[in-house]
Amino acid sequence: MKGMTEIVKTVSKLLAGLIFFYGMYIVVFGHLTPGGGFAGGVIISGAFILLIVANGIDDEKISRGKEKAGFLESSGIFLFWIISTIGLCMGTYFLLNFLGKGKPLNIFSAGTIPLCNIAIGAEVSAALCSIVIAFILVKKGDNK
Amino acid sequence: MTYLLCSLLFLVGLSGVLLKRNLIKIVISLTIIEYSLFMFLALVGYKHEAVPPIVTSLTEKNNYVDPLPQALVLTAIVIGLATTALLVALAVRIYEKYGTFDIREIRRLKG
Amino acid sequence: MFTLLILLMILMIIGAIVAIQSKDLLSAAISMGIVGFGLTLVFLVLQAPDLAIVQIVVETLTLIILIAAILKTTMEESKVKKSAVVIYSGIGTVILLAILLFILGDTFNELPGFGCPDLRMSQDYIEQGLEKTGAANLVASVILDFRAYDTLGEATVLFTAVMGILAVLRRKGRKE
Repeated sequence: MKGMTEIVKTVSKLLAGLIFFYGMYIVVFGHLTPGGGFAGGVIISGAFILLIVANGIDDEKISRGKEKAGFLESSGIFLFWIISTIGLCMGTYFLLNFLGKGKPLNIFSAGTIPLCNIAIGAEVSAALCSIVIAFILVKKGDNK
Repeated sequence: MTYLLCSLLFLVGLSGVLLKRNLIKIVISLTIIEYSLFMFLALVGYKHEAVPPIVTSLTEKNNYVDPLPQALVLTAIVIGLATTALLVALAVRIYEKYGTFDIREIRRLKG
Repeated sequence: MFTLLILLMILMIIGAIVAIQSKDLLSAAISMGIVGFGLTLVFLVLQAPDLAIVQIVVETLTLIILIAAILKTTMEESKVKKSAVVIYSGIGTVILLAILLFILGDTFNELPGFGCPDLRMSQDYIEQGLEKTGAANLVASVILDFRAYDTLGEATVLFTAVMGILAVLRRKGRKE
């Protein structure tokens, strides 16, 4: 897939970093403002998709990118599963909120909710990047 | 009145699923049915003259909109995206094998 | 607020009818974008900013996926030949939709009116959400503390769907 013109490539390089940091802000502050893991994860994947669509695709680079996305997605959901099982190991119930509650309206409050948000954000962003890469790489007359 | 318009959107999507023969049109109609359901759940939780369910100050108690339907819709939106993507991937594979999107032609050209 | 809501819903219904009826597949996909972005505005009017953020980005991604699939395959819908089957199915569908509309209209009288919800289950979440979990965002405290099983199930469904897509769209290996 060919890339676009020079203007689009330069502007997309500037914008992708901004979108990435905005997505991380929405993930990390998910327990204080609207947003959370899902919204932030989709925004982060939007930054990477912008770079892919503007600069064109090289086949070898994309297979390496697919492996990294698969690794990030699996580790995100594995982290979520570990956080939920710690409650079982401590003798109480599954999915226990075991960290301290803290002062309200602080960033370090609400127990395990920020950690779960980060895990889900990583998983959702890697999953959506994989989906869009798989769709762009479909070629005509591939599996005859 | 609002519930009635919401069910009208549902019926428009349902008629698309029943009457159309193109696979992509069927996928679009399924997505429209899902959107009508999200809107219905958000309508059930609305309260007159209330604010979004975010606690901003610790001293005064505000009138909040119901947060439970919003949590359900949040999950459902992401699952809807995943199933739509899977349906479209299957449709692309069917087109590569049979050469058409028409469901009656596909039924005749078995194998 | 109420008239704005009704106008947005009518816009969504018109967009849905255009999306189903148009012959060009690309126009149908873009008309579906009207329905999705109208839904974002409806969520904002109904005081749900969390849902509006998720819906606008998810709608953009759905449009990207649909348009990528349409551009790789075909852009036209094939013609429908008028025959007895088409007419009979059309009449049957109209009768079914009329019956459904009647039943739905009757059921909506049983619901509590628009704007006065029955807050039996959420009363506990609203009053004690901040003390029990410490999170200021009540929706986040519901999805990640009170009902975290649903979030675990949803992450699993997303993971499985991605595995399914990568298995279906796999490219054939190089021939030896």
